[in-house]
Amino acid sequence: MTPAIETRNLQKVFGRTLAVNGIDLRVARGTVYGLLGPNGAGKTTTIRMLATLLKPDGGSARVLGHDVAREAARVRAKVSLTGQFASVDEDLTGYENLVLVARLLGFAWRAARARAAELLDAFGLAEAAGRQVRTYSGGMRRRLDIAASLVVRAELVFLDEPTTGLDPRSRNQVWDIVRAIAAEGTTVLLTTQYLEEADRLADRLGVIDQGRLIAEGTSRELKAACGERTLHVRLTEAARLEEARVALAQVLGDEIHRGDEPAALVAKVERDELVPQALAALAARAIGVSEFSLAQPSLDDVFFALTGHAAEDRRTREAA
Amino acid sequence: MNTAMHRALAQTAPRPPNALSAALTLGWRAVLKIKHVPFQLFDVTVFPIMMTLMFTYLFGGALAGSTEAYLQFLLPGIVVQTVVFLTVYTGVGLNTDIQKGLFDRFRSMPIWQPAPIVGALLGDLLRYSLAAVVVLIVGLILGFRPEAGPLGVILAVALMLVFASAVSWIWIIVGFLVRTPESVMTSSFLFLFPLTFVSNIFVDPATMPGWLQAVVAVNPVTHLANASRGLMHGGVAAGDIVWVLVASVIVTAVFAPIAMRMYYRER
Repeated sequence: MTPAIETRNLQKVFGRTLAVNGIDLRVARGTVYGLLGPNGAGKTTTIRMLATLLKPDGGSARVLGHDVAREAARVRAKVSLTGQFASVDEDLTGYENLVLVARLLGFAWRAARARAAELLDAFGLAEAAGRQVRTYSGGMRRRLDIAASLVVRAELVFLDEPTTGLDPRSRNQVWDIVRAIAAEGTTVLLTTQYLEEADRLADRLGVIDQGRLIAEGTSRELKAACGERTLHVRLTEAARLEEARVALAQVLGDEIHRGDEPAALVAKVERDELVPQALAALAARAIGVSEFSLAQPSLDDVFFALTGHAAEDRRTREAA
Repeated sequence: MNTAMHRALAQTAPRPPNALSAALTLGWRAVLKIKHVPFQLFDVTVFPIMMTLMFTYLFGGALAGSTEAYLQFLLPGIVVQTVVFLTVYTGVGLNTDIQKGLFDRFRSMPIWQPAPIVGALLGDLLRYSLAAVVVLIVGLILGFRPEAGPLGVILAVALMLVFASAVSWIWIIVGFLVRTPESVMTSSFLFLFPLTFVSNIFVDPATMPGWLQAVVAVNPVTHLANASRGLMHGGVAAGDIVWVLVASVIVTAVFAPIAMRMYYRER
């Protein structure tokens, strides 16, 4: 079976800027793939080329076995795109928006009305069905927008920054929807600036920066490739910290420093097999341990290691 | 996962709609917009009604001997001006759809690709007709009496719709070119004011300087106003109607292909 998405050296030029600078992407059918990168990295441009809204300037892209440039109509019939800004008509009601989309997909009037009602119900918008969309909250708009892209089952769903600007509760609702889509066997390609989102939703991740795919793999692989793991230990008695440090250093080496809390130590771990020995070393000296955990590096660490800069401005996001 | 969600996600696609059905559905959308946002219609009729009142009662007596006589001359032209001014909303609506991403949604659907444009034009025809009716009703209240009766009025409005649809194509192009709906509006004043004022809508051009008379004489709006007066009051000159139709065909032939090219072109 051909992959859901396969691109070779995909390029897009805007004026003098190489917005997408040779991306090779491969997304297996039935998986959730996350394209991760900061603003302006080329995520949206990539997704718009794959959804046939932009023509590539170089390279090739096949979506569900069809060339996006030569067989655009066939691609369009099988995919759906939810863009970065809720693309619904604000003057119309939620219900009318969905009837409109259903009609444009070929439903008869009666079937279109039934379909609109069904989707509003499933997406928790039944109560707001008769209200103009301009009165909706950001989360409601986003859900309506996604519902509009799912009026008919698509084989591949593109979600461009589905949760940007949403409050945590709305974000969780959108995540549930994405999981439900994936559970139906639909391939999902989503873009996000949020590392946590990619980590939670996607089977595989592509990290994109300045128009290039700079890393690719599962979240675990990316973390393993880029960051060393760390052992976090918290002692029951802060007084025995130095004793514990010496004991751990004999097993793990010298890279041990104090943690954020008074009785905590953080040690770099080069090989996982050493972890039980470290615990044994503490036990042999009867040093009480209240917490003992091996942590993966976060995707933030990964992004920083790959690009030399942070993936997002955290303060902006927390303020939003 | 709950069953409602499962059902909601499992719908298979029916056969794509035919071109007419897609265009009519998008026309239906335009009707809904008029229903939900009727102010837009009144906004644009307030100005012509104000002009009617001002010109009739301030200058009417001086220009035509009596306000009543002037109203008979002015009102068909005011309806023309109203409809021609409304054409800008084709561009405003299109530009709004592009900015909001709705346009991308329509373009990514398996529909007859020009349907969004054709549907918008269908909705605009309804908008033009409604605005014409509003202005005509105000005119009737003020004492406008079309001597050729309802049929003449209907034919006059029909001719205006033909010309307005042609002008709409220009606004579609502007809608593609500029960044915001507000800039579409702004650019309209540069074009629509001269187009409607440098005509014989308000005054007989006989007292204008010769060069201006020449401009007025070729302005299709002059011929549309003449034809509308003729159709509403009787005694229409075939030459005016032909001039309007030829102008509409030329404008459409020049601008519609450019607009469709821009529509198909990637952005």
